[in-house]
Formats: sequence, structure tokens, C-alpha cells
Amino acid sequence: MAEVRIPTILRPYTDGERAVTATGSTVAELIDNLEANHEGIKERLLDGADVRRFVNIYVNDEDIRFTGGLQTAVADAATVVILPAVAGGAGESR
Amino acid sequence: MRFDSLVDSVGHTPLVGLPNLSPSADVRLWAKLEDQNPTGSIKDRAALSMIEAAEADGTLQPGATILEPTSGNTGISLAMVARQRGYKLVCVMPENTSVERRQLLTMWGAEIISSPAAGGSNEAVRVAKGLAAEHPEWTMLYQYGNAANADAHYRGTAPEILADLPEVTHFVGGLGTTGTLMGVGRFFREHKPEVRIVAAEPRYGELVYGLRNLDEGFVPELYDASLIDSRFSVGPRDAVRRVRQLIDHEGIFAGISTGAILHAAIAQATKCVDAGERADIVFVVADGGWKYLSTGAYEGTLDEAEDALEGQLWA
Repeated sequence: MAEVRIPTILRPYTDGERAVTATGSTVAELIDNLEANHEGIKERLLDGADVRRFVNIYVNDEDIRFTGGLQTAVADAATVVILPAVAGGAGESR
Repeated sequence: MRFDSLVDSVGHTPLVGLPNLSPSADVRLWAKLEDQNPTGSIKDRAALSMIEAAEADGTLQPGATILEPTSGNTGISLAMVARQRGYKLVCVMPENTSVERRQLLTMWGAEIISSPAAGGSNEAVRVAKGLAAEHPEWTMLYQYGNAANADAHYRGTAPEILADLPEVTHFVGGLGTTGTLMGVGRFFREHKPEVRIVAAEPRYGELVYGLRNLDEGFVPELYDASLIDSRFSVGPRDAVRRVRQLIDHEGIFAGISTGAILHAAIAQATKCVDAGERADIVFVVADGGWKYLSTGAYEGTLDEAEDALEGQLWA
């Protein structure tokens, strides 16, 4: 069981909940499980077989695009964070 | 060292070891002290490079007005170079950035236009693009998409690191405009491809991610995912914890974004120790802590600091 943090923009799918739980041994399975309980959310996260361009998904703070994509393993008690891609801050940026 | 003028002294920053925070003699951490640039941040490199490129290709004419979306450091660096070369500077800056950054920009002669806090730098970029359309006579250097930003690190930061530490195995930098990581990444892909490039991305409070729809998201035009190997998201609590460790154990007084970068560097170091690999991990000290004293990050408990940073663009 992983904790999945939901960004404001996707909370209409989770009845306003900031975090929900989901099961799955990979991110792909986890998203299918999310969809089973929060219908419509999968289409907002994925574009066909890939994560949408402006969506970032992190398992234990690591961006899944660099750890195996949707096949990234999700350990029990992992924290999964979903965030929209936005322009950052100032130390390195802006 | 002697230089003809201040801008000539940009770069060639020290690389210092971290004997106390390095996990072992085989896995070592090294800090690239970019706070020792003339205005105190790594952005001096990008600002100088972008202005010189625009002068060279004629997009920046004498007496011109430069426009830039910036949460602070880039604006301060641009303002320093612009003032010496006779350009005016207009910065579009989210209203939830620290007061010190505003004071510094004003002091160096920049005009500040505030953009709404909700949406963070996304909104600053949007406002700046609108102003650029209204003022075709202004020159927007646009750090998020300007190749000269990354080139500054391809030509400067990365070769300096390789010269000082030929055994380097990892580079860890902050992910904002992506200029540092793209330039350093491209250099090492070409000159020492086994070096792993690690991105540390600040994770802000919810306000910053307050898009109306996902299609309004933003990925800098400079970003090329093939030039990095892993990407960590770091929240304010970990950033503050690390920035305090950096002072306590190594005497380095850094800005909050550097705490996020160090957090990713230590996560990488831990992986190397667990895997039994030798590693020399270079991370960027992007700026000093001076401009962030008012944020509350440097006093009180971690809980208090975390609460204080909620809603602020702390990196």
C-alpha cells in the first residue's frame, strides 16, 4: 500500500483528498488501482502509454522518468507524489 | 588574482571538499562555491553569457532595455552587467519572493514588475512573454530557452570541475531553468560520459502548483532529459535540514536551494556507499544564505522553518 499525494488540480477525482492510498508493485499497476477508485484520473496522468508531458510522478522523491518509467517498482509504504510541471525558483533558477 | 573589471572575474570558483559530511574516504562530496561569483550566485555566469551572446548577434543594441522573468538571482546578475554596459533592466518577479532580492535588484538599478504569487515563476514567465509582445523594442534574453545560459556552464562550470577533480563521478545541480544541468551535462557527455548527472528539483507549497489546467504546465525549452540521469524532488524540510548541516559541519553558509542540492548529493552518496562504489560527487552551492535570512529558514526548529517557507519561492 503506497500513499499517493494528489495535486490540487486533480483533487476533483479524489473528493478533494490531498492524499489517497493505492496498491501496485509498479507505477503502472498503481495508476490502474487509482483509476479503479477514482475514475477518470488515469486519463489525466497518462497520454497513451506515457506520462503526460506536464505531469511529474515521483516514487520516494525520485522522478520515475529516470528510474524505469511506469515500470518503476513501488515498494510497500512508498510515497508517490504527483505534481504538475511548473517553472521553478531562483537559486539555480530564474 | 587580478582582473580588468568585475565582470571579468565571473567564474573560476573554488571547489572545496566536505571532510565531515562525506560518508567515507571512498565516497567524497565536493562543493563548487558559486556564491563566490561577483554578485554572489551562479547566475552571474548565465547573465554574462546571455548578454554577450545578444551583443554578438546584434539583438542587444546600445542603450537597450532588457526584460527578464526572474525570481531574483538572474535579475541581480543581469542588473550588475547591464548597469556597467548602459542597458536598462525590467524584471518580472513573483510577489512571493524574499524582500532582500527586491532590495538588491532595486539597488542595482532594475525596475521590478510583480507577477501574482499563485503560479510562481510560471506566472512570471507568462507575464514577461506578454510584456515582450507589447514592447517589441525591449530585448527578452529569456533564460529558460536561451542556449547561452547552458553554454556558460558548458564553457565554464564543467571544465573547471574536470580540471580540478579529474576523478569526478557525479555532478549534482539544481533544476530551475535547467541551464546549469544542461550545460554541465552536455560537457560531460562529450568529455567524460561516465559522469552521472543528478538534478535536484525544489518542491514548493501547493500555491506554486496552482494551475487552472494541466496544459498550462511548463518545461523549460532548454530541457533535454537525455542529459541527466536522475532527478530528485526535495521539499523545504529536507532543504533546510541540509543547509543547517552544511553550516554546522563544514562552515559553509548557503542559500536554501543549496540545501535541496546537498540533499540529493547525500542521497546519491548513500547509494554509492550501499553499492560499494567509489564516488567523487560535486554539488553546486548556488548562492549564500544572506538573501534568505528573512524567510525564517535559519532560525527556530525545523517545523517552524518549514511552516515559514510554505507558499514562498525558497529556491
